[in-house]
Parts: sequence; C-alpha cells; structure tokens
Amino acid sequence: MQRYIVRRVFYALISLVLLSITIFCLIRFTGDPAVLMVEPGASEADLQAIRQEFGLDKPWVVQYGVFMVNMARGDFGMSIYYREPAFELYLQRLPASLLLAAVAMSISLLIGIPIGILSAVRVNSWLDTIGKTFSILGLSLPSFWVGLLLIMIFSVSWGWLPSSGSGTFWHILMPAFSLGWVFSAAYTRMARSAMLDVLGSEYIKLARLKGLPEKLVIAKHAFKNAVIPVLTLAGINLVIMMNVAVVVESVFAWPGIGRLLYEGISNRDFPVVQTTVLMGGMMIVVINLLVDILYAYVDPRIRYGQ
Amino acid sequence: MDSSPASVIDSVVLSADRPSRWSGLLRSFYEAPFVPLLILVLLVLTAVGADWLAPHDPTIGNLRARYLPPVWEERGSSEYLLGTDHMGRDVLSRLIHGSRISLVVATAAVLLAGVIGTTLGILSGFRGGWIDQVVMRLTDAWMALPTISFAILLAALLRPSEWNLVVILAAVYWTRYARVIRGEVLSLKERDFVRLAIVAGCSRTRIMGTHILPNIANSAIVMATLQFGVVIIAEATLSFLGVGVAPPQPAWGLMLFEGKSGLMTGFWWLSIFPGVCIMLVVLAANLLGDWFRVWSDPQLRQL
Amino acid sequence: MTELLLDIRNLQMHLFSNRGMRVVKAVDGVSFTLSEGETMGIVGESGSGKTMTSLSILRLLPTAGRIVGGEMRFAGEDLLAKSDKEMQHIRGSQIAMILQDPMMSLNPLFTIGEQIAEPLRVHRHMRGASLFERLKELLHGVRIPSPEVRLREYPHQMSGGMRQRIVGAIGISCEPRLLIADEPTTSLDVTIQAQYLQLLKDIQQRAGLAMLFITHDIGIVAKMCDYVAVMYAGKLVERAPMRALFRQPKHPYTEALLRAVPRINTPTDRLWSIEGQPPDLADIPPGCPFSPRCPVAEERCRRDAPPEVQVGPKHYARCWLQEGS
Repeated sequence: MQRYIVRRVFYALISLVLLSITIFCLIRFTGDPAVLMVEPGASEADLQAIRQEFGLDKPWVVQYGVFMVNMARGDFGMSIYYREPAFELYLQRLPASLLLAAVAMSISLLIGIPIGILSAVRVNSWLDTIGKTFSILGLSLPSFWVGLLLIMIFSVSWGWLPSSGSGTFWHILMPAFSLGWVFSAAYTRMARSAMLDVLGSEYIKLARLKGLPEKLVIAKHAFKNAVIPVLTLAGINLVIMMNVAVVVESVFAWPGIGRLLYEGISNRDFPVVQTTVLMGGMMIVVINLLVDILYAYVDPRIRYGQ
Repeated sequence: MDSSPASVIDSVVLSADRPSRWSGLLRSFYEAPFVPLLILVLLVLTAVGADWLAPHDPTIGNLRARYLPPVWEERGSSEYLLGTDHMGRDVLSRLIHGSRISLVVATAAVLLAGVIGTTLGILSGFRGGWIDQVVMRLTDAWMALPTISFAILLAALLRPSEWNLVVILAAVYWTRYARVIRGEVLSLKERDFVRLAIVAGCSRTRIMGTHILPNIANSAIVMATLQFGVVIIAEATLSFLGVGVAPPQPAWGLMLFEGKSGLMTGFWWLSIFPGVCIMLVVLAANLLGDWFRVWSDPQLRQL
Repeated sequence: MTELLLDIRNLQMHLFSNRGMRVVKAVDGVSFTLSEGETMGIVGESGSGKTMTSLSILRLLPTAGRIVGGEMRFAGEDLLAKSDKEMQHIRGSQIAMILQDPMMSLNPLFTIGEQIAEPLRVHRHMRGASLFERLKELLHGVRIPSPEVRLREYPHQMSGGMRQRIVGAIGISCEPRLLIADEPTTSLDVTIQAQYLQLLKDIQQRAGLAMLFITHDIGIVAKMCDYVAVMYAGKLVERAPMRALFRQPKHPYTEALLRAVPRINTPTDRLWSIEGQPPDLADIPPGCPFSPRCPVAEERCRRDAPPEVQVGPKHYARCWLQEGS
C-alpha cells in the first residue's frame, strides 16, 4: 500500500505543476495582463507602471518563478475591487461553499442511491422506469434553471423560502437542491449499474445458495459492493460540485467562492478570477488524492497489496 | 403446476428475440427513439429556417410593447405569441434564432473537442511509451481544471464572440475523448488484425488511420452525442453568467440571464420558455445518445 | 430400502426470452433418484442442462427461467409446493451447493470467517463462542491449518485451492443432507484436484451426506460416483450405476463420450472427437436431439423423440435402438 500512496502523491504533484503552468501560460499568452488590471482607456504610461509594479516586463521564466514562489507563500495578488489579498478573500468565502457542497452532496446521495438501487433490484419494472426517467431528467436540466424554477415556485408563488442570501437553514435548502439535482441523477445511474453488476456476480449467487434471506443478500452483500463506486464518484465530485456551484451561487446570491468568481468577472477583478480558478483546480487534485488514499484503506484488496 | 421460481439466482435474461422477416436494419429503425429524433430534427430545421420562421426581428424591440405576457394571458397579444422581454423583443423569435446559435456553437465545439481528443487518444494509446505518459499526465492535469470556472476564466480573457466560445468549450471538453479513446485503442492494439498490420510493415500513420480509426468511430460518436447535451448546458451557463454569447444576440442562456430580474415581479415567461427549450434539446440529445450507445453494442441490449 | 432422498420425475425447466417468443428447453424431462449417502454424477457438455437441473432443484432460476412441469421430492416432501421462505430455509441447510470458481464466489469485502458464519447464523442461529468453535472445527475438517488466523483473512489473501476448500466448508457448515458440487475442480490446478476430490469423499463418508456431482470430466465421475447420469441438450439420455455405464454404455452419446477420452495404454495417433456441434437449444430438431451427430441414427430417431427404456438393473437409456432390451 505504501507504494500505491507514494505513486498517487507523485502524480498529484505533477498535476499541480502542470495546472499552474497551464493557467500561467494562458494568462500571459492571451494578451497583455496589464490591460486586464487597469480601467479601459488607460494611458501607455499607466500600463508601463503596472507592468513594472507586477514584474510583467521580466522574462517569462522569471515571471513563472515569481508566480510560483508567491503562490507558495499564499500571495495570489491583490483584489482590485476589494483592495484585499485575493487569497484571503478566497479563504473567507470558502466555508460557505463547502457548506453548500456538503449539503448538496448529502441531498444528492440520499436521493440518488436509493433510487438507483431500487431500480436495479426491480430491474425493468415500472419502478425502474421511474428511476431511469429521473436520471435522464436530472442530466438534462441545467442547475441554474432548476434554481430559477424553485425560486418561482417557492419564493414568488408560495413565499415559503427566501430566494437569496444565507444565514438560516431555509436559505440553504433551495441552492443545495439545485446544485445536487444533477449529481443525484448521476448517482442514480451509477448506483443502478453498479448494483446490476453486483447482482449478477458469483458471490451473490452463492449468498442465495446459502439460503440467506433475500433482504440480507441485497442489504449486506450487494449494497456494500455496489455503493463503493458511487461513493468514490461522490468524493471526487465534491470539489467539482464546489466549482460548478458558480451559477447556483449567482442565482441565489450565496456568498461562496462561486459568487466570488462571478463578482471577479463582473468587476474585472482579475487576480480574484485567477485565484479562484487556480485554487479550484488545486482542490480537485488534492481531493482526488485524498479519495484515492481513503479508497486504499477501505478496499481490502489494495490495503493488503496485490 | 407451479411455474414461478422461488427466487432468482441472477439477473441474466435471454438475449433478444430473433428478428422476424424484417432485415436487421429496419428493425433497428423501428426501435429507434422517435421523439428525441423528432426534436433534434425540428431543432435543425428551426435553426436553418430561423429567418423565415421567426415572426419578428429578434434583436429589435418595440419599447411600447415591453413585458407583454404570452398570448393566453390577460394582457397578451397574438402578435407576440410567447410574450416580450424587457426591451419589447418577441420571445418566440428570440427562441427560434437562439436555436441556431446554440446548435452551431454546440456542434462546432463537440466536433472540435472530438477531433482534438480523438487524435490525442489515438496517438497516446497507439504509440505508448513516453508519448503516452506525457499525454496522459497532461490530460489528467487538464481534467483537474474546474470546467466551468476554467471556461469562465478563458471567456474573460478572450473577447466575447461565438467562435471564441467554440474554442473555449472545445478546450474544456476534449479530455474525456482522449481518455476513452485511448482505452479503446489500447485494447484494439492487442487484437490480431492490428498486430498483423504491424508485422506486415504498414507505417504507423497508416495503421492509425485505416485500422484503428474506423473501430473507435463508434465510441467517438457515442461520446459526441452524450457530450452534445453537456456542451449545450455549458454554453447556456456561460451565457447566463454573462460571459458567453453577448447581447443583443439571442442565446437561450442569455435570455435566462436577462429574464432573471423579472422573476420576482412575476414575468415568468422570460425564464420558463428558454429553459424548456434547453431541456428539450438536451433531453433529446441524451436519449438519442443513450439509445445509440445500446444499439451499437449488442452486449448491452440484454439489460 | 431406504427412503429416497431425492426423487426427480420428468422435470422440465424452460427459459423464456423477454417477449416470450424464444423458448429454450434447458431441462427437458429429466428423471432420476438419489438415496442417502449416495454419490451421483451428472455428466455432459456445457449447455447440456446439468447446472440448470441443479438450480431447478433448489428453485433458484435465472430471471428468464420457469419450471413448467414435473415433480421434485426431497426427503419425501414436494419441493414445488414449498413457499419462498421454506425454500430459503432448505437452501444452505438441507441442500447445499458449491460453485465452480471460488475467487468469484467469495465476497471480496468480507472476511472468510464472516462468510462461513453466515449460514450458521441464519439457519442454526449460532452466536459467539460456540459459533467460533464451529468455524474452527469446519476449517479443520477441510484441512486448513491455523484456523484462527485464516478466519480473519480476506479471500484474495489465499490460494485457489484453499479458497475452494473454504467454499466446501461453507457448503457443509450446516450439515446438509445433500451437497451439490457444480464443477468444483474445474478451476483448480491438476495437482490440487485430486486432493480436493479426496477431501470431498472423506467429508461425505464422515457426514453420510449424499452428493450430486456435476462435471464434464468423465474421469472424475469414475473416481467419485456410485451412479452416473449423462445429459445432452437438456435431456437425460442415459443413467446407470457407474460400472455398468462404463462397461456397457447403451446410448450412442455415452459411447462417444467414453471413446473420446484418450487411454494411456492404447496407442493412438489421432484424438477421436464427436462429429458435429451441440445443438442450439432454442432450435432443437424434432426427434432425438443427438440424431444429427449419431453414427447409428435411423429415420425414426430423427422423427420422434425416444422415451426412456430400462436396459438393465437401475440402468436406463433414451434411445430407440435400445427398445426391446
């Protein structure tokens, strides 16, 4: 297992480096960053001053070096709009996004897994049809539209739930549901196909041959095996969820990193945008690594080496 | 006589009934999902014939006819069947023209992403060695980029235009192709006909082009159909956030963005109709993609 | 005469496709009996219906399967009249089954101990210390050393032979009266096969249980079984005491099977095999299913399906050419 972990960490590091290079290159090569940092219509002297201040006139390799060193120190630049270090802004908003993602993930798993498993156990029945319909619908509706619909129904028509902001339990319900909707469809699918695979396996046959009651066969043997791939997917999806939450956060004015990105775009606050994307990518890499390691502990086949 | 089993040992079902007199292809058409196909055909027709179908000009509005509800509501008028928006523009016409933009952008993006991803996948899978390692690491790292955020970043960096949008979307979504195609190529490489070609001395490019390519075409097409829906939603999302298609062009996502402010004041038609269009198209694409996936892989037909 | 443990009469099990248009007669009129302590082998090619027969006895059919005719009695009781719950109690405790591939039969996520304990928990309601003792006893019975250690291990940590013995332990855990072994040695190394067969024989003698041995390997049948049945295309074509079958096979298929086994002391330069292919079970020609490949088939064989006739003491064959023996 040691080797497995070391290898995973190594790959993660490579990913991080490539990630930073990619972002760096994109920014530098798609035009003059200095232009992005000033008001439109600034004079050439202003641009020069900005370039000097941010070291943009130095050779690219040096710039990259500075970039990386600064990142290591947690310095991602200063937000133009808020006049605060972008990194700190990011950290401030992060907990809200984590909360939203956590709730959305729970909702999506709580809805998705049972429907998927039920679909598989009663394959080709009307229950299965409902499950399949649910998953197709889920993948076909953009999350922000779900959000808009929810607002229309629950805020405007019925006035039950607040349409924006945060603070109470009621505030998180609609955004979390909109966010989790798409993912629950994916989990339904995954749970269904994983369960079908497991139900066709030899050890399930043997479990039935042992005379175990069907409920035990499904709940104990089949379920545990089927849920593993779904949970793996969920773990990886957590960060993806946070990043995709941009739209949902915008619709509901939820104060998370997604909304920060959106504000960054609207305010032409470039350091903020860069920070958000970089951090987003890094978190994906780190979470993937953690999930891989966790998997190594859970799955005895990896734990005891093969 | 008891004819039902006490319980089921496994879920394997007998394979499909033997076809009747009809030829295999005809039967497939019979089983094809008509509704999704119909929707997509309608989409294409609407997109192509937008200029003739739309009753009004989508970008010019009548400021005296702002915020009119659809025809079946109280203040609605038969001139503006689905109502008007905040600038007095006809919603129906905008939807029709918007179909063209969505279709063109999504198709181009999927094609571009497919070409890039497939090429890299074939290269990586077939050549192996350090090329494979490099491409794989690159793909992994690229996949780590948060899709929407990355697209937003790119959209912010580049000037807003439809072509840029295509490039951005392709740049974000090619990685899935590369992964899947590479896997297919790896398994194909072990097959005898490829080995024979190598032994016979065919050049690598020739093998990749004439032997490998046709065999992965199936997977590539399936992926493309499944990606189509994703890309449409992505484009709508970007437009919704204001970094996609720029006003006054009528993109469905953009219409949702513009309609958002009317939500609280009850102008529901601005938010419902564009969303329904998106939903129908994506649903159709997904259903078609699913059907195609099962159709092209006989093994999957059983379950 | 001891009461028959298993009495199967004219069992018919069919597999139906989704729309019911395609019917595969997986088990077509199979009859045999088994007494306490007796070992019977069922031999045949793959697709001949041997596994389906055993699954039918346990009433554990594929989704597409239905028992459409015949009678099955176990220890005098009608198996077809039993409810789902009653069958569930019978499985694992009265009738147990061992499957072919032990790597696939054992759940990779649970320990060996847990998997052997399950039937004991469900059928014998054993817990705690007595359960633990029984587990150790079972492992000892299948000749697995250091049972305490093994019980905590996972399937992938053991060798193939050991895994198959675990599967055997699971099978006999509740002291069943009948053990069905479906190709138990097919996935084992040849060197381990003999050991395992010997183990099964020992267990059988000690526990006095009856065995139904399903295999495609005639050699194993010769070693293990008192009584043999030969199946072809869902039909039971010949059954006899072991010696009688080997010395005086009455059905052309049995003869062909025996001839196909190369003998070590008869020099040959060609390996003999049966001509033709086994039939597509969904599309069996009328008459005797073996007739297309039978070297002595007559017109009547191709037209009408032969009934089972007695050709000797406890010896039956399903062949027109044996009529009047």
